[in-house]
Amino acid sequence: MSDLVNFYGDNSGLLLEKTLAHLGIGAIAIAVALLLALPLGVVLGHRHAGAFLAINTSNVFRALPSLALIAISLALFGLSLLNVEIALVALAIPPILTNSYTAVDGVDPDAVEAARGMGMTDRQVLTRVELPLAWPLIFAGIRTAAVYVVATAPLAAIAGGGGLGDIILNQPTYRLAGVIGATIVVVVLAFAVDGLLGRVQRAVTPRGLRPARQLQTLVPAGTDTAVAAEAAASAEKV
Amino acid sequence: MSPVAVTAVAPLAQSGPVIPNFGRGDDCIRNNGKFCLHWFLDNFDERFLPRVGEHLKMTAIAVVLGFVIAFAAALVAHRHARFKLPFANVASLFYTIPSIAFFVPITGLTLTTAEIGLIGYTLLILVRNTVTGLDGVPEEVREAARGMGFKPMHQLLRIDLPLAVPAIIAGLRVATVTTISLATIAAFITPLGLGAPIFNAIQSGANTEFVGASLLAIALALVADMAIVLLQRAVTPWARARRPST
Repeated sequence: MSDLVNFYGDNSGLLLEKTLAHLGIGAIAIAVALLLALPLGVVLGHRHAGAFLAINTSNVFRALPSLALIAISLALFGLSLLNVEIALVALAIPPILTNSYTAVDGVDPDAVEAARGMGMTDRQVLTRVELPLAWPLIFAGIRTAAVYVVATAPLAAIAGGGGLGDIILNQPTYRLAGVIGATIVVVVLAFAVDGLLGRVQRAVTPRGLRPARQLQTLVPAGTDTAVAAEAAASAEKV
Repeated sequence: MSPVAVTAVAPLAQSGPVIPNFGRGDDCIRNNGKFCLHWFLDNFDERFLPRVGEHLKMTAIAVVLGFVIAFAAALVAHRHARFKLPFANVASLFYTIPSIAFFVPITGLTLTTAEIGLIGYTLLILVRNTVTGLDGVPEEVREAARGMGFKPMHQLLRIDLPLAVPAIIAGLRVATVTTISLATIAAFITPLGLGAPIFNAIQSGANTEFVGASLLAIALALVADMAIVLLQRAVTPWARARRPST
């Protein structure tokens, strides 16, 4: 225990530096995953088409072991940040894609019809009706993805590094105290990201939708809804 | 000019064959190529197959035990709604903890430590999906069952559970795939499964070994995923039978 306190005392600068690097690696992965998955999910959901594509892409990505992805890209590209980002983007895509598709696809058809009846163009229906209504669920997916990424980023140390994994996977240098100490930082970071994004999620939820079901606001809504969406989607598909 | 002369002369000084035997992919493995198929196939039985077996065993233990725990918890939560929130919170706590943190050797460098981590990870998915499936049974169906004189246990076995099967299996599917993925990381603490050659070979730089193990891990996850989809079709024949009529 005192080892742990000593570790924090002696290495606060290093920990801060690694924590910032960790968040940076995660932020890049989330940004890339958003660029790839969000437009695809939203467009497919808007057209109510391509459920097969959206759900199965997610399933395939979900099946890819992160460590295996890092190892393969290590052989292909050598030691670099690229390896890690490939694995983390693959990890972040399924929740974002599944949730954005399910959310937009599931918008109440009556609301969409009413919007069309009011003379809204297709684009207006998407941006003024579907997206605001779908946003909480979409954001839940982003939140899940962010937690996954922060929690998995320590593996980055295997393939070129950066982040807290440099300490966690280097027991010879930092001893058990360092490994446990850095791991605790990762756990706290994951909870902090989850909590913070949970607040943002509530803030971006349209006021009319806010008295959400009690259960969903108390558990990480993303995992819950992503799994529920998964359940619904695969039950429907088979 | 002189180095050329030296290399040209050197083989003559040796008594062995001038041209080395490059057969069986030796050249590839000597240059540490990205992936030497020959070497992979030659060493498959000895180096890779046992790892696949260990990987499957580790996954099976975690998914089966996780399912037993999650199923019991979900039945309790289904019966007594006040347990629902605590169970969900404990399960999601497990899930937010980073995978690598689970494998910090506090309980020793053993399979048990790895399994605790893996089981913890399966719980959230399995509990949530089982509860969602059981709660998703339409109230009219339940009422009809009660009207037909079903006792609570009877209703659970004959009505609620069969209707929840698609959601439960969907959870099983995600849990299995996730466990296969995480089990590679478990090799960080105990040299079992396909993660072991990945960790070893990354350090030694033997490309074919870790690329091969990685490809096997990916294949294993995809095959398991498909196998569970087929299982789901097999155990829910009514879901298929209904489709043409709707």
